[in-house]
Amino acid sequence: MKTLYPRIKTLALALSLTAAAQASAQELHVYNWSDYIAEDTVANFEQQTGIDVVYDVYDSNEVAEAKLLAGQSGYDLVFPTARPFADRHIQAGLYQKLDKSKLDRWDNLDPVILESLTDIDPGNQYLVPYMWGTTGIGYNVDKVKAILGDDMPLDTWRLVFDPEIVAKLSECGVALMDDATEVFVAARAYLGKPVDDFSRDAVAEAADVVSAVRPHIRYFHSSQYINDLANGDICVAHGYSGDVLQARDRADEADNGVSVAYAVPSEGAVVWTDVMVIPADAPNPEAAHQFINYLLDPAVIAPITDYVAYANANAAAEALIDPEIRADAGIYPPAETREKLLVLKTPSEREIRDMNRAWTRVKTGQ
Amino acid sequence: MKRFPFTAWDAGRRAMPLLSRLKGRGLIIGVPWFWLGLFFLLPFLFVLKISLAEPALAQPPYTDLIEVIGDGLVSISLNFGNYVLLWDDPLYRGALFGSIQIAAVSTLVCLLLGYPMAYAIARAPSHWRLPLLMLVILPFWTSFLIRVYAWIGILKGNGLLNNFLLWTGLIDQPLEILHTPLAVYIGIVYSYLPFVVLPLYATLIRLDLTLLEAAADLGCRPWKQFLLITLPLSLPGVIAGGMLVFIPVVGEFVIPDLLGGPDTLMIGKLMWTEFFSNKDWPLASSLAAVLLVVLIVPFVALRHFEQKAGEEQP
Repeated sequence: MKTLYPRIKTLALALSLTAAAQASAQELHVYNWSDYIAEDTVANFEQQTGIDVVYDVYDSNEVAEAKLLAGQSGYDLVFPTARPFADRHIQAGLYQKLDKSKLDRWDNLDPVILESLTDIDPGNQYLVPYMWGTTGIGYNVDKVKAILGDDMPLDTWRLVFDPEIVAKLSECGVALMDDATEVFVAARAYLGKPVDDFSRDAVAEAADVVSAVRPHIRYFHSSQYINDLANGDICVAHGYSGDVLQARDRADEADNGVSVAYAVPSEGAVVWTDVMVIPADAPNPEAAHQFINYLLDPAVIAPITDYVAYANANAAAEALIDPEIRADAGIYPPAETREKLLVLKTPSEREIRDMNRAWTRVKTGQ
Repeated sequence: MKRFPFTAWDAGRRAMPLLSRLKGRGLIIGVPWFWLGLFFLLPFLFVLKISLAEPALAQPPYTDLIEVIGDGLVSISLNFGNYVLLWDDPLYRGALFGSIQIAAVSTLVCLLLGYPMAYAIARAPSHWRLPLLMLVILPFWTSFLIRVYAWIGILKGNGLLNNFLLWTGLIDQPLEILHTPLAVYIGIVYSYLPFVVLPLYATLIRLDLTLLEAAADLGCRPWKQFLLITLPLSLPGVIAGGMLVFIPVVGEFVIPDLLGGPDTLMIGKLMWTEFFSNKDWPLASSLAAVLLVVLIVPFVALRHFEQKAGEEQP
C-alpha cells in the first residue's frame, strides 16, 4: 500500500494538471459539410489563435438540423443552407444574434447576397453567407453525346425527366438527388410550372414526372454521384454545382478518359446559399466569432473557393480567386444564366411533410 | 405437473428475519428488473410520450403533453392521430410487411447456411474447433460499416464479382446486383450469419452423442437420427439464432440504405425520413412503438408456448 499511495498522488496531480491545461486552451467545435473548406484552413486558424478546433462534418442538412433541434449539440458554428433550413431555425429560436463588433471584416461581404437574405433574416442579425451555388445537371460529355447525338442541347431538365431521353441514357446510368424539395422543384421547372407552388396538386404533378422516369433511374442519392460521375459509372446526375465540378476535377486528375461537365438547365434552376450560424446554446460563441471573422478574410476564403469549386459570398476576395475558377461558368454563372436562377421560398411544415411522403411513395413505387 | 413443496418453503421463510429476506431476494430479482426498467422501459416510455405529442417548430421539435395553464389548471393533450395515420396509410403498413418479409427470408437463409456450418464445427476434431470458431468471429474485428461498404465494391457494375464473371466468360454483360433486393439479402445474410452459427454451435456441442450411438445400435439411419434426435435437441439454438437475426433485421437501416435500391421499402428507412427529413419526431416515435409491439407479441407468445411445453413434459 505504501508504495502505491504516492503513485496515486502523482497520478491525481497529473490529471489535475491536464484538466487545468485544457481549461486554459480554448476549444471551438465546428460542424460543417464534408469537403467544404481548404486543407489548411483549420490548421492556420489554430496556429494564429491558439484555439483548438474540433471539426466534425455532415453530408445532409437534415442530419445537422436534427442535432440542432435536439439541443445541446455542443457545436459553436454550423453551416446550414439558408432556405428552408436556416429560415426555419431562426423561427424556432435555435441561433444567437451575431455580435458584429467582433466581426471587423463584415464589410467584405457582398451586399447583394446580404440583401438577398434579409427576407428571412431582417437586418442580417443571425446569418453570415459562406458559399453559394446552384443545383443543376452533371453529365459525362462523351457518353451522353454518343447516345443523344451532337445536336441535342444538354442544358435542359429533359436529360433527367423526359422519359424517352432518360430511357436511352439509362444504360449508362442516370441518378437523381434523394431530396424531395430539390427534385420536385426541378420537375416543376421541367413542366414550365411555377416552382414555388407546394400545394398537394402541384406536388402530385411533379411526382408524376418522377414516377414516369423512375424505372430508368439508377439510384436516388445526394452525394454518391460525385464518385460515380468521376469514375464513369453513371453518365447523368442531378446535383450541386460544386460537387459535379469536383467530380470533373477528380476525373481529370485520374486521367481516366472521363470528361464531366455541369449545366444550369435553361428552364431554371435553384440557387442556394449556405450560411454560418452560432447555435443559441453554443459553449464558446467568442471563438465562433473569431472563426467567422477569420473566414471573412479574403486571403482565407479565396483559396477555399479554389479548392471546393463553390462561389463565396466575399466581394473583397474576388481578385484573389484563381482566374480559371473565376471564369468557370459553372461556379460564377454569367449574367444570362443568373436570370434563370430561382430563389426558393420556404415551404410550410405541412407542405414539407406532404412532399417527403410523396417522395417516399415515388421512390418505392408504392 | 410438479408441485412445489410449499410447506418446507414456508417453514424456511418464517425462520428467516423479514428484512434480510427481502434484501437478499429483492436484490437478486431486482437487479435485472432495474436494468430492464432503466434501459428498456424508461426509454420506451419517452418514445411513447413523444408519439402522443404533435410536431412543432421548436427545440425539441414537439409539443409538451402537459401544460400548466395557471390557477392550478393543468391541460393534458394527447394526439393519437399518428397511430391512426400509420393504420390508414398503406405506405407504413407496406413498409412494416416489407421489413418482416425481408427479415423472415434472411433468417431462413441464415439458418440454412448457419446450421451446416455450426454442425461441421461442432463435429470437427477438437483441436480444429477453436480456429474454426475464430474464423466465424474474425470479421467482427473490422467495422460493420466498412464490411458493408466492401460489398458495394464487390457487387457494383464494374466491381470485383462482375469483373471476375466477365473474365471467366460466364457472362458477357455485367450483372445488376447492387441496388436490388438481392444485394440487401446478401448484405444481411453476410452480416448476421455469425449470430446464427454461435448459438447453434453452443447447443450442438452440448448434444449427448451417446443418444446417436444408441439410435445407431437400434438400427436408425443417419438422416433419421438427425431428424429425430439432433434437430429437435438443437431447437433452442435454432430459436435463439433465429431471434438474434430476425429482430434486428426488421429494424435494419444501414444495409438497405447502402446496398438496396429505391424500391427497398423498410421501416428503418421510413423512420429516418420521418425523423430527419420531416422533423416529425412524434410520427417516427409511433412507428418505433408499433414496431416494438409487433416484435414483442410473437416473442412473448413463443416464450409462453415454450413454458407450456416444458410443463407438459413428465
